[in-house]
Amino acid sequence: AKSRSSFGQKLNALFANFRSVDDNFFDDLEDTLVESDVGFETAIQLTDELKEEVKLKNAKKPKDVQNLIVQKMIDLYDAPSDKDNAIQLSKDGPTVILFVGVNGVGKTTTIGKMANNYKQQGKKVLMAAADTFRAGAIEQLDEWAKRDGVDIVKKEAGSDPASVVFEAVDKAKKENYDVLFVDTAGRLQNKVNLMNELAKINKVIKREIPAAPQEVLLVIDATTGQNALNQAKMFNEITDITGIVLTKLDGTAKGGIVIAIKNKLNIPVKFVGLGETVNDLRPFDSKNFIDGLFKGLIQNN
Amino acid sequence: MAFEGLTDRLQKAFKNLRGKGKISESDLRETMREIRLALLEADVNFKVVRQFVKTVQEKAKGADVLEGLNPAQQIVKIVNDELTNMMGESATPLVKSDKIPTVIMMVGLQGAGKTTSAGKLAKKLKTDDHARPLMIAADVYRPAAIEQLEKVGEQVGVPVFQEGTDVDPVQIVQDGLKEADKNNNDYVLIDTAGRLQIDENLMDELKNIKKVANPNDILLVVDAMTGQSAVDTAVGFNDALDITGVILTKLDGDTRGGAALSIRAVTDKPIMFVGQGEKLDDLDVFHPDRMASRILGMGDMLSFIEKT
Ligand SMILES: Nc1nc2c(ncn2[C@@H]2O[C@H](COP(=O)(O)OP(=O)(O)OP(=O)(O)O)[C@@H](O)[C@H]2O)c(=O)[nH]1
Ligand SMILES: Nc1nc2c(ncn2[C@@H]2O[C@H](COP(=O)(O)OP(=O)(O)OP(=O)(O)O)[C@@H](O)[C@H]2O)c(=O)[nH]1
Ligand SMILES: [Mg+2]
Ligand SMILES: [Mg+2]
Repeated sequence: AKSRSSFGQKLNALFANFRSVDDNFFDDLEDTLVESDVGFETAIQLTDELKEEVKLKNAKKPKDVQNLIVQKMIDLYDAPSDKDNAIQLSKDGPTVILFVGVNGVGKTTTIGKMANNYKQQGKKVLMAAADTFRAGAIEQLDEWAKRDGVDIVKKEAGSDPASVVFEAVDKAKKENYDVLFVDTAGRLQNKVNLMNELAKINKVIKREIPAAPQEVLLVIDATTGQNALNQAKMFNEITDITGIVLTKLDGTAKGGIVIAIKNKLNIPVKFVGLGETVNDLRPFDSKNFIDGLFKGLIQNN
Repeated sequence: MAFEGLTDRLQKAFKNLRGKGKISESDLRETMREIRLALLEADVNFKVVRQFVKTVQEKAKGADVLEGLNPAQQIVKIVNDELTNMMGESATPLVKSDKIPTVIMMVGLQGAGKTTSAGKLAKKLKTDDHARPLMIAADVYRPAAIEQLEKVGEQVGVPVFQEGTDVDPVQIVQDGLKEADKNNNDYVLIDTAGRLQIDENLMDELKNIKKVANPNDILLVVDAMTGQSAVDTAVGFNDALDITGVILTKLDGDTRGGAALSIRAVTDKPIMFVGQGEKLDDLDVFHPDRMASRILGMGDMLSFIEKT
């Protein structure tokens, strides 16, 4: 409720600067949405829906329009979804969390942050270094495992990633780990071989633990533009994504593309990355996020 | 869900016009709308798009398109020519210092592809110029950044200078340059840590590295999938460092790469190389005309012109 009212206050300030909610206002709104990488189609759709509602409700006073907009944006993101926002922990046996995404988005770093959280909660945590391809990838995850004080399964660079995953799942089962984080190599969604490799990793996990992976998190870099929609679509086809981690929100990018992803594919954001250290991971908060989207509009006016 | 290219869009827009032989003001406006849409979907920054559309519109009017025999063809040609122009006319080579070593500094956001590109560039210099480069590991922050660069160095057969993670990066660069002097390396490539352009401390660090290294080229490495914020990033790094060029990475994906146009428009600095894969020989010289067609989705432009 707190962030909601402060969002309202900011919009208030915004409306104070517009004599009326005219075409200029809606043009600015559209630009703001486009600039946050929501995508042109979605920006138009949202703006049109808002226009329509303003007309329908015969809202003329800025205050009424403001309420409509706040409601609309929050509804959009909080729209009932069949996918839950929290991490699904297995009641019986290890929870497997598989990380997927294109190159350099922040998969390994997010595992480092998240593993630390679970460790702090007293869980027994294991990592699987299944990026055996990128130079230094195993060493990078290993460094995080050391920092977090958790265990890791790793093999030589160049080993079959599926075999690393097999070993890790096996160990997690036998030694009663609570959570297993599987780090995979970055791959562009149009690379058929690499996507097949991912399907194989997924299959190995399922074969060992039928209910796993309980979570498949697609990591998306907030600076990504419209291509993120293709990423979500293709990775979802291969692995059934359960949620998105939106990283690098500490920069100037707004990550608006996740609105289009939510709109089109109904995949929710579960976490956001706000920096490179272990404490820089937060659960996704739709109100904060929407607030961030409109910052520019509010400051510029 | 693949993006419709401009060709498809214009084909639709022009469907009713065929045989008209003349385009009205409102037809032109419709065309411009389609161009605007195509560019936005390709992630070109919306302000850059606005300016671009204005320019094209003026040129289209000036070129008497409204009276022309085949206006559709002319508009497409104007768009493509203008975009190619904006991307820079032809490939820009690296600066070569008159006395060795030539120093190249890699900078950019986190995960853009700096370390990989440094390795690719070192390999290219080695094969094309028989150069003997040295790479300096000046990223002391990212876990295992040094190990990554060392592995990359091993793969391309290029030595890596490092002093671990407890030494200040500016100092590491200074020491690395001494090492290069000693070994007569003709090129030095400096791998720096990824950072946000709004991070003042880390941007100051880059300025200090620039001061001691006096680089011949400062290359901003940018992910081709970047959206609207490519402009902020490019302006931020360029204002702080006066970059000399750009490497656009991950073009082997299915992104349109509109960031290329945004960066070019706001910094006027050339895109020099494009990364086309994770392997260390996947680095190519940049071709403005190819990039223009890619952004617009106009691979089949010629056939479009014939059909219109
Ligand atoms: N500013 C910022 N940087 C981040 C964030 N998350 C990750 N990074 C940085 O982004 C870079 C890439 O992160 P990685 O975790 O290596 O990404 P990855 O997806 O595992 O990369 P590949 O395995 O190469 O595909 C590193 O420099 C991280 O420190 C974030 O939330 N904010
Ligand atoms: N497909 C593809 N992947 C690339 C390309 N260039 C780099 N990568 C990958 O992108 C990821 C990040 O590359 P790095 O070289 O580690 O990026 P960086 O800018 O040094 O990252 P930080 O040091 O963390 O800021 C790795 O998975 C690379 O393999 C490219 O042109 N195509
Ligand atoms: Mg990784
Ligand atoms: Mg690096």
